[in-house]
Amino acid sequence: MELTDEKLNKLKEKANDIRISLIEALLTAGSGHTAGPLDMADIFTVLFFHTLNHNPKKSDWPERDRLVLSNGHICPVLYSTMAHAGYFPLSELKTLRKFGSRLQGHPHRDFLPMLETSSGPLGSGLSQAVGMTLADKIDHGLTSSRRIYALLSDGENECGQTWEAAMLAGKEKLHNLTAVVDRNNIQIDGYTEDVMPLESLSDKWRAWNWHVIEIDGHNMEEIADAFEAAKGIFEKPTVIIAHTIAGKGVKEFERDYRWHGKPPNAEEAAMALSELRTLGGKIKSEHQ
Amino acid sequence: MLNTDLKLNEKVFDAKVEQIPIRKGFGEGLLAAGEKDLQVVALCADLTESAQTIFFKEKFPNRFIELGVAEQNMASVASGLAAMGKIPFITSYAMFSPGRNWEQIRTTICYNNRPVKIAGSHAGISVGPDGGTHQAIEDLAITRVIPRMVVISPCDALEAKRATEAAAMTDTPVYIRLARERTPVMTTKRTPFEIGKAQIFWKTETPKVGIIATGALVYQALLAAKELEEGGVEVEVMNLSTIKPLDAGAIISLAKKAGRIVTVEEHQKNGGMGSAVAECLAQNHPVPMEFIAVADQFGQSGTQAELLKHYGLDKEAVIRAVKKILKR
Repeated sequence: MELTDEKLNKLKEKANDIRISLIEALLTAGSGHTAGPLDMADIFTVLFFHTLNHNPKKSDWPERDRLVLSNGHICPVLYSTMAHAGYFPLSELKTLRKFGSRLQGHPHRDFLPMLETSSGPLGSGLSQAVGMTLADKIDHGLTSSRRIYALLSDGENECGQTWEAAMLAGKEKLHNLTAVVDRNNIQIDGYTEDVMPLESLSDKWRAWNWHVIEIDGHNMEEIADAFEAAKGIFEKPTVIIAHTIAGKGVKEFERDYRWHGKPPNAEEAAMALSELRTLGGKIKSEHQ
Repeated sequence: MLNTDLKLNEKVFDAKVEQIPIRKGFGEGLLAAGEKDLQVVALCADLTESAQTIFFKEKFPNRFIELGVAEQNMASVASGLAAMGKIPFITSYAMFSPGRNWEQIRTTICYNNRPVKIAGSHAGISVGPDGGTHQAIEDLAITRVIPRMVVISPCDALEAKRATEAAAMTDTPVYIRLARERTPVMTTKRTPFEIGKAQIFWKTETPKVGIIATGALVYQALLAAKELEEGGVEVEVMNLSTIKPLDAGAIISLAKKAGRIVTVEEHQKNGGMGSAVAECLAQNHPVPMEFIAVADQFGQSGTQAELLKHYGLDKEAVIRAVKKILKR
């Protein structure tokens, strides 16, 4: 699908709306993660409004692409994007993390069956995406056109299981599999290179026979192009290392690891929403 | 006497009774399940021959996945395969699967509600010379505690084959516990099998003790029952091959009939089959109980017979427990 200037602008507006909704949801929830959801909003927007072959009105459509969110704690951005895409009403976002809600603190298929996987414990999402891709390989060999997407945090590159899965995908040459690593450089305990150095991350993935694309994770065009380029690689799986700014979109939150695992309080949320609604001060009056 | 209704092996008490490793029955069952349903796939973590997936691999190479020594990955890859409609069997030594990969089984298989089948070989202490690191004697506890998991511990190779074929047809996660060593074949092809159904292998009119056994030790329980009967003590022996869901009706009925229960398993006393039976009886019909199981210890190298004797799991131990409980 061609990415016109008009479409690009629409995607940018959509990403902003998704950020607004997830801040509102976190404020109501009173707990949850802020930095990761904000910094993955652009990638989720491109996936759900441009790249994915899916149908929000028929979420169990068998031919759909599969999207596995491995780091389940960034689910505010998943839920917010799904609501904006039409999977469920936007009003449901205010039930995030509440008793009986379909929007559990970490994604749970028992409550929201349209999710591809339940997730939360880090490091197991890539394995599940590998299993899904293998199923298509067994059934259709090289002719399968379905894409499987696995979204990982950079911290998950510290989990041994991620590398077990990467090794298997490389061995099996799973070209329909695209992984995205959110390289925001933060995790709960601090900056990744202080907690456990990951660099050179791209060399590590290349060593397991993956095609590596590095992008600016906030440039809509680069994001869309990377997903498209991955479709042209037939010899190996592709990983997109998306360099992102933790907490992207709210200046006060950006690049600060302390925003990994806490929600904004009322004052911080008001400030964040004001910044997002005025597009960082570019427009004068806030619009709801 | 042996329960004739179940068409058990009449030669079970012969010195030359046929002996087959329980894990071999799994290998044959997996092949049969694969022939019956094209969606069955097998995953292996570098133990193709040992965990008996070799027959399946030879017949269905396209549906066989070798993952190397990566049991955590194996559990979650299987979850992904099941999400796409496959019926995955993951195979390794029980110590590593469901041992090493317990959290992946809990989250990506059971919590995720994906009907993956987990076959754990080399379970129990009779693994023998490999020693304590390879003797899984905690696996029943860690699998039966997970919601949705079905847990089966077959008594011989034929029952393991039937359990494997039956597991392939269920829509839940299943753990099948397999022993490495050659085990006397107690059942026959005509013995009925149903997941969740306990069977009385040794029957009497007026039992004084009910012995509930699982896995290969059902044989030791039968030997004990025969010897006890010759000494004038009547007991019944139940083969409890499905540990979860528990056949509460059959267990309560045996407790009511015999008034005393001895459980027999090649597993830690804490959290194993005996614990499951005790949980059931404490709530429904409390009776005195004795537990033949490993007493909070790790294993060691040795022959099957040496280890069963040392850890108090053989026929003599069962007889001692019966005599003890009769004095309570």
